[in-house]
Amino acid sequence: MQQSRDDLCRAYRTMRLIREFDERLHIEFATGEIPGFVHLYAGEEAVAAGICAHLADRDNIASTHRGHGHCIAKGCDTKAMMAEIYGRASGLCGGKGGSMHIADLSKGMMGANGIVGAGTALVCGAALSAKTLGTGAVAVAFTGDGGSNQGTVFESMNLASVWKLPAIFVFENNGYGEASAAEWALAGGDIVRRAAAFDMPGHQVDGNDYFAVWEAMRQAVERARAGHGPSLIECRMTRYYGHFEGDTQNYRAKDEVETLRRTADCLDAFRTRVTAAGLVDAAALDALDAAAKADIEAAIAFAKASPLPPAAALHDDVYVAY
Amino acid sequence: MAQKTYRAAINEALKLEMRRDPRVIVLGEDVAGGRGGSAGVEEAWGGPFGMTRGLIKEFGAERVLDTPITEAAFIGAAAGAAMTGLRPVAEIMFVDFSGVCFDQIMNQIAKIRYMFGGKAKLPLVIRTLYGAGFRAGSQHSQCLYPIYTHLPGLKVAIPSNPYDAKGLLISAIRDDDPVMFFEHKAILGMKSEVPDEAYEIPFGKAKIVREGADVTVVALGRMVHMAERAAAALAKDEISCEVIDPRTTSPLDTDAILSSVRKTGRLVAVDEAYPRCNMATDIVALASQECWRDLKAAPRMVSPPHVSVPFAASLEDLYIPNADAVAAAVRLTVSG
Repeated sequence: MQQSRDDLCRAYRTMRLIREFDERLHIEFATGEIPGFVHLYAGEEAVAAGICAHLADRDNIASTHRGHGHCIAKGCDTKAMMAEIYGRASGLCGGKGGSMHIADLSKGMMGANGIVGAGTALVCGAALSAKTLGTGAVAVAFTGDGGSNQGTVFESMNLASVWKLPAIFVFENNGYGEASAAEWALAGGDIVRRAAAFDMPGHQVDGNDYFAVWEAMRQAVERARAGHGPSLIECRMTRYYGHFEGDTQNYRAKDEVETLRRTADCLDAFRTRVTAAGLVDAAALDALDAAAKADIEAAIAFAKASPLPPAAALHDDVYVAY
Repeated sequence: MAQKTYRAAINEALKLEMRRDPRVIVLGEDVAGGRGGSAGVEEAWGGPFGMTRGLIKEFGAERVLDTPITEAAFIGAAAGAAMTGLRPVAEIMFVDFSGVCFDQIMNQIAKIRYMFGGKAKLPLVIRTLYGAGFRAGSQHSQCLYPIYTHLPGLKVAIPSNPYDAKGLLISAIRDDDPVMFFEHKAILGMKSEVPDEAYEIPFGKAKIVREGADVTVVALGRMVHMAERAAAALAKDEISCEVIDPRTTSPLDTDAILSSVRKTGRLVAVDEAYPRCNMATDIVALASQECWRDLKAAPRMVSPPHVSVPFAASLEDLYIPNADAVAAAVRLTVSG
């Protein structure tokens, strides 16, 4: 299936915006101005962009601790995201969530999550709502290779299959769960093989290849919207930074990331493919690069200029009414 | 007014709310039961204790959802559904099983609204059976509501009688916050007058079960009946007890408790939950801090020993706080 020039430009813009967002965060985090834990998505952009290209606001996603890419691809405002990460009142969650709990339900973004694998169960509920209310929406759970071993994930895949839910389980296999390699932690080696156990189609794709991700997701969404139940997509790629900012990554070979950046970068691959095929010219992509840089510059400025949450916010939002 | 059992009161509340609001769904293990079985029946059980009986017949399998035995997934699904437009009433068969889905309750359901800066609502009820007295052993007899009362973001209801069970459950279903709803398995057959129509009992509003002048006795759930029995016995010795049933522990009606303690100057807190960090310790701490100068005697706590619930009937009977234990504690506050 073909994507229009506009689709391709939108996808590239999303990927570049994610890259700029997280590479800039990597620099800013080192200044000590950003509180808490930050997990960067850089290197995995083709997955968020390829998956979310098929989704509208009514479709829900549940994200992970490494959630900035999912947020951006789902349409969350980068200024409000950045302010959230800085713990400011103008953040998407008023500064009360932070990087690990960014959410925007109006965009169908059910939250990053500090608990590995937990979002898969929430997604079953969003898919149940879609099915019960007949909205035609789908729900997508992002999980990592680490999360693929959590019991909740197995339970959720089983439930989604038993209930024939319009749910899609996307596994971002970046090779490491914290400091332990998937090669060691993941029995059976391939997450995709687990799809068969729960009677759903499984797709294994190169997560650096936007087009491969996009095509697998196209099939999964078609199946879900037709009422045929869930699918599993395993995407293989790498993360360019540590598990968290500050991680020395002494569990990775010294040249691993540099080699992958040089040979398997998803943005480079996208650019090469669309320019060679004459679908989008290099100048248009350069313009998107510049625009993304400016957007993130503006987001940083916005976050830094935003006020801290008022003291009263400590007590707000525990209950609707108590 | 008709006499109805606790079980029937719960069932009636569910039916009335499902009729009123099509967004209300019920899900849990064998809430209908029988799916895929060789008998080919639509409803085998109607819930393990019959509280959801007849729901699937009236509302269909789209709104009455049997789940596999998979608490983490279906409690998480209930949360996700609540975030996206439904009003689920999920059933955890025994509260002991909530350990399997504790993450979904503690880290997701309780925190999502706060973490999202108030931009999410979780209109969700988790109904669950609790309590000892069923010879069900250590993993089917716990109370555990103190754990859930401990967590900001959750509301906790512990109805002690059929009338309150119906009214509190209707309030819980209409509430936009997540509610843990505790039903004591040893009083499901208990009867009281319950109106046929829907009515709400507000959360955070204690019931003065019996007025009295000498000692305030605060008790929850099944323990309310132990306190009432003790109060009746003590009345013969001219010791007048004021029995208070908070009905919900989150929110807790601290005003009702404290004003009673200020009046009587004595407090006995009765709780079937394990004795450390339970509702009795919480209430005694509260009264000690707020009513120190009004207290005429040290407040007392009546709880089981710090052990798991034993199986043998003889041991379980020793474990459960009874009316004699309550009366003895009251006498200690009076004799100084």
